[in-house]
Amino acid sequence: MQLPQPAPGARVLAFGGYQPGNEVTNDDLAAAMDTSDEWIRSRVGIASRRIAGPDETVADMAVAAAGKAIAGSGVSVSDIDLVIVATCSTEAPIPNVSATVASRLGIIAPGAYDLNAACAGFCYGLANASDAVRAGSARHVLVIGSEKMSAWVDPADRSTRIIFADGAGAAVVGPVEDPAEKPGIGPVVWGSNGHLAEKIYIKDRTSFLFQEGQSVFRWATTELHPMALEACQRAGVRPEDLAAFVPHQANLRIIEALARKVGVPRERLADDIIHAGNTSSASIPLALARMTERGELHSGMPVLLLGFGAGMCYAAQVVTVP
Amino acid sequence: MALTEQEILTGLAEIIDEIAGVPADEVSPDKNFVDDLDIDSLSMVEIAVAAQDKFGVEIPDDQLKDLKTVQDVINYVHKNAS
Repeated sequence: MQLPQPAPGARVLAFGGYQPGNEVTNDDLAAAMDTSDEWIRSRVGIASRRIAGPDETVADMAVAAAGKAIAGSGVSVSDIDLVIVATCSTEAPIPNVSATVASRLGIIAPGAYDLNAACAGFCYGLANASDAVRAGSARHVLVIGSEKMSAWVDPADRSTRIIFADGAGAAVVGPVEDPAEKPGIGPVVWGSNGHLAEKIYIKDRTSFLFQEGQSVFRWATTELHPMALEACQRAGVRPEDLAAFVPHQANLRIIEALARKVGVPRERLADDIIHAGNTSSASIPLALARMTERGELHSGMPVLLLGFGAGMCYAAQVVTVP
Repeated sequence: MALTEQEILTGLAEIIDEIAGVPADEVSPDKNFVDDLDIDSLSMVEIAVAAQDKFGVEIPDDQLKDLKTVQDVINYVHKNAS
């Protein structure tokens, strides 16, 4: 038996994001239920969000985001040999989203699997992609977070409807060719707290998403910053040297509290939630795509990612901006 | 030595000032968190976490909903302080 030649490291080659065209503002929600722009902004920090059309699927959004990431990466679809879609909001569990997405993008016969670590899914996918490239089981990996959370949110439930939204984000991961070059995806710090699983759940296929807001807030603001700091420490990057902290865009108050505890100043905290809402596994790559498009992040800069959500699952890693 | 109610009130007022920006002299035992101090459910969690650090008394989420006034928190901390 023999093994493939491992790559010295893996890096992100490009990000891509997609949001549906339908923008729903706080005033739109206030017209439909007992809430207000001021109330929503003060509770969760969201001004508007995008909601997918009735026929728009998790796969549709994944294809749109991935197409942009591939175009930006300079990699040909024929070079991609693994596709991972992180999602927790598919219309149905069979078939998986990733094989369909790969086919629609013209990627021929890649390894393809869906991954459910809820809002932490993209960071899990990125860790899997990095490991696959480093071990030699794939050369270029497409990692996508795509969610249609609106399909699982009760339109009459104010507490969840104001938060959750739809969208997709993607990254193309490839090898670091030169052994002298530093890896672009740092070691992952991941884990789960299954004893808290009842804090966020969908009971069955006919039910809506339930979230115990106070418990999730307490968990996220007290348990996760050590993981984020450990990811920095393992990557050899000091928090003060981070160009940005890009946590899952759960709730502005949660991520502002996390930034304070990690020691990242407010101006370096990604706040994409303000106009994207909480798009679960899509929120981190969506924020990264937007920040790189706007020129807020430049090639070579270290950014800290922290995904966290239902399960309760979490994952953190430092990534170098492509 | 057990904390007195006045000591708990003073400590709680400092926490509320820091988290919700309510001046300490406005925090009196009869005040209702939601109606009088405009403190929402997530700030209540932050106050509970800070109170645990300060007084060593854990206030679980399922107890939080019953603590409606400053006096309710004082009573809870006083009763549960080791």
